[in-house]
Amino acid sequence: MFKIVKKKKLNTQVKLMEIEAPHIAKKAEPGQFIIFRIRENSERVPLTIADFDRKKGTVTIIFQEVGKSTKELGTLNEGDNLLDFVGPLGVASDLGNVKKVAVVGGGLGTAIAYPQAKKLHSLGAEVHTVAGFRNKDLIILEDELKAVSNKLIIATDDGSNGTKGFVTDVLKNLIEEGNQYDLVIAIGPLIMMKFVSELTKQYNIKTIVSMNSIMIDGTGMCGGCRVTVGGETKFACIDGPDFDGHKIDFDEAMRRQGMYKKLETTATSKHKCKLGGDENA
Amino acid sequence: MPNMSPEKIAMPEQEPNKRNKNFFEVALGYTEEMAIEEAQRCLQCKHKPCVEGCPVNVKIPEFIKLVAEGKFKEAYVKIKETNSLPAICGRVCPQESQCERFCVRGKKGEPVAIGRLERFVADWYIKNIDSKSDVPKKNNKKVAIIGSGPASLTCAGDLANIGYDVTIFEAFHVPGGVLVYGIPEFRLPKDIVKKEIDSLKEIGVQIKTNMVIGKVFSLDELIEEGYDAIFVGSGAGLPKFMGIPGENLNGVYSSNEFLTRVNLMKAYKFPEYDTPVYVGKNVAVVGGGNVAMDAARSSKRLGAENVYIIYRRSEAEMPARLEEVHHAKEEGIIFKFLENPTKIIGTDDGWIKGIECTEMELGKPDESGRRKPIAKEGSEHIIDVNSVIIAIGQGPNPLISSNTKDLETKKWGGIIIDENTGATSKEGVFAGGDIVTGAATVILAMGAGKKAAEAIDDYIKNK
Ligand SMILES: Cc1cc2nc3c(=O)[nH]c(=O)nc-3n(C[C@H](O)[C@H](O)[C@H](O)COP(=O)(O)OP(=O)(O)OC[C@H]3O[C@@H](n4cnc5c(N)ncnc54)[C@H](O)[C@@H]3O)c2cc1C
Ligand SMILES: Cc1cc2nc3c(=O)[nH]c(=O)nc-3n(C[C@H](O)[C@H](O)[C@H](O)COP(=O)(O)OP(=O)(O)OC[C@H]3O[C@@H](n4cnc5c(N)ncnc54)[C@H](O)[C@@H]3O)c2cc1C
Ligand code: SF4
Ligand code: SF4
Ligand code: FES
Repeated sequence: MFKIVKKKKLNTQVKLMEIEAPHIAKKAEPGQFIIFRIRENSERVPLTIADFDRKKGTVTIIFQEVGKSTKELGTLNEGDNLLDFVGPLGVASDLGNVKKVAVVGGGLGTAIAYPQAKKLHSLGAEVHTVAGFRNKDLIILEDELKAVSNKLIIATDDGSNGTKGFVTDVLKNLIEEGNQYDLVIAIGPLIMMKFVSELTKQYNIKTIVSMNSIMIDGTGMCGGCRVTVGGETKFACIDGPDFDGHKIDFDEAMRRQGMYKKLETTATSKHKCKLGGDENA
Repeated sequence: MPNMSPEKIAMPEQEPNKRNKNFFEVALGYTEEMAIEEAQRCLQCKHKPCVEGCPVNVKIPEFIKLVAEGKFKEAYVKIKETNSLPAICGRVCPQESQCERFCVRGKKGEPVAIGRLERFVADWYIKNIDSKSDVPKKNNKKVAIIGSGPASLTCAGDLANIGYDVTIFEAFHVPGGVLVYGIPEFRLPKDIVKKEIDSLKEIGVQIKTNMVIGKVFSLDELIEEGYDAIFVGSGAGLPKFMGIPGENLNGVYSSNEFLTRVNLMKAYKFPEYDTPVYVGKNVAVVGGGNVAMDAARSSKRLGAENVYIIYRRSEAEMPARLEEVHHAKEEGIIFKFLENPTKIIGTDDGWIKGIECTEMELGKPDESGRRKPIAKEGSEHIIDVNSVIIAIGQGPNPLISSNTKDLETKKWGGIIIDENTGATSKEGVFAGGDIVTGAATVILAMGAGKKAAEAIDDYIKNK
């Protein structure tokens, strides 16, 4: 059993939890993830290791409540336990030899990018962070990002806070202003990572994206998380989740992400219908 | 007087048309009377050819004689002398190519139903004997076992029995390896696997789930932590794909993913269990082994109307257990022999709508001794399907070897061992089962676990 030692609401859909898992905290590196399961009938769900404290023996996760499992996780409280918590999985991000980096986070992706920004900052790189959100109520981790960034630009789609517009526009401006990045890290919705990669390709800047494929085992056993990278099949859980953004087949990845949409709706509506009596159940 | 009937006593089974809609066990097991009657077919041959066919040399005529005498408990003890998982082997061993293949009764008629008798004895024991084993006297030496498939379970049991402190590290949240994530409930009820694992816990074996070795601990760290030796039984968990166009369309599964969703995550009970699985109206399963049969029969049970097995050789070459092929046919699975997929065809929004296949003919035997399939030119045709499950084999899981520098592997990924001891190139580390041989059988994995347990005992004693 894995105890929730801290819970915090970051915005209406996003929560942070610190989980007691000393052996994972000891080994975790930025770019890696865990898989959790709440109870006996639950799915195995992957989440990025947003932070870790080797001394306290805790791992921080930040999650958006999008479906059955993440919503249920959100109902748990400090002191409750998760049945399973396995990690650290995936390959740690390769962050050596970077002098100047643009870290681009879209929505929840900002949380996934945060440990990379933090590590790069601690290694002495100049970190420019661009974090995009749909509106100002959804902004997360502003203070944490500020602490690890030499420059932080927050963009909102509707201009309700910070710069109005998409992260791609902001990144383009930064590049056009003469910032010479030797790396761009882009993490967020697939469509955002696709457009960032298309942009940086024009400027020939190395770009890492994080592929959040649907996963089960996370150990390279099932192949469900496969993505096409430079024409080759790779498994996001053991070859990634970080990949070269210029080589990913994003269109295929977007189709695969939608595979269980209909079925997941069944699971969620059945969950709800205990109260309402929805005939989708 | 032996029973000279040329046929085995029939196995009571669920009706094909009922069972292809549920996940309960297909074969229901002999009654005591049936077992005694079948046991009387054994001629008690002096030269015991059947024993030679069994990879762990179960004392076949001896245990069968005890069954014939109604001494089921004694029969169980006899089997357990060499086989630690009889309830499992009785169900899943390919008997027709092992013990039963050499049975003299098989020359005229059917061989003695050795597997069914083994299963009967084990089930009888589980049902009737309330056995509690004592924790053996400890020798204060620690062994770490990676993975919890049959190789690991056997190695763990043997070592714990002679006093070792054994800890199993398993990546998944449930122990059992392929026995729980691969082989479906209707062929091997998970309760049986659980009982075997519980009996290991009784003798003091510790099981730590959620531990991906190579990530959370390296082998070197385990040694530093004070383990005197390590056994790696991490299995053949690397799915093979065909490398044909369309393999990443929605609705294409590796057999590993499909079966893991269904068995380990219990997607057949969705939405009571949260994990979904997608099964189309028409399903194509590519391959001809046990894995393909399991995937096809599971698909049928999950509601598919037409399930095709697409196999590139002929029926005679199919590696699946005879009984599974027979059961699959009864359940309405459609076999397409001598056909090879060349392309998976998708809709505009990325879902499967068909699979293109080429007809094959058999040429000369290849390295494996099986006749090599050759494509017939111009024979391409499309079968309408909405899901495809690829069951063409698994490679060794590379997670441990890729994270352990001094562990030598073959080019295809299998860990290299000394055949006699299971010792690897790394001091104190032993290996066995599918991680060494590539995808093989439960009983061979058990045999490897057993051999390694003896060698580990030797190694630690002489350290
Ligand atoms: C390596 C990795 C790291 C991740 N890190 C984080 C993280 O730090 N924080 C976080 O909130 N989420 C993260 N995700 C995504 C998270 O795993 C999914 O949001 C989660 O599986 C949804 O489960 P659910 O049962 O709540 O929703 P479901 O009911 O399963 O799904 C709800 C909707 O989300 C879609 N979906 C399902 N799985 C995924 C997925 N893997 N990625 C995106 N959409 C999906 C479904 O198609 C559906 O439309 C990560 C995924 C991976 C693979
Ligand atoms: C669907 C299917 C049907 C089959 N049917 C039959 C049959 O009818 N008869 C038969 O004889 N054989 C059958 N087989 C083959 C048989 O199951 C295998 O040969 C056997 O299970 C191999 O045993 P093993 O102990 O080597 O490994 P496995 O059973 O594969 O177990 C390996 C275990 O190690 C764990 N692991 C892997 N890496 C790590 C790591 N880094 N850290 C921790 N744990 C790890 C895995 O999660 C797994 O639990 C079938 C196989 C499949 C897939
Ligand atoms: S273990 Fe398998 S091969 Fe050996 S006797 Fe039993 S069923 Fe036959
Ligand atoms: S070969 Fe057949 S008949 Fe002879 S001892 Fe073995 S099981 Fe009995
Ligand atoms: S999640 Fe199964 S191989 Fe990646």
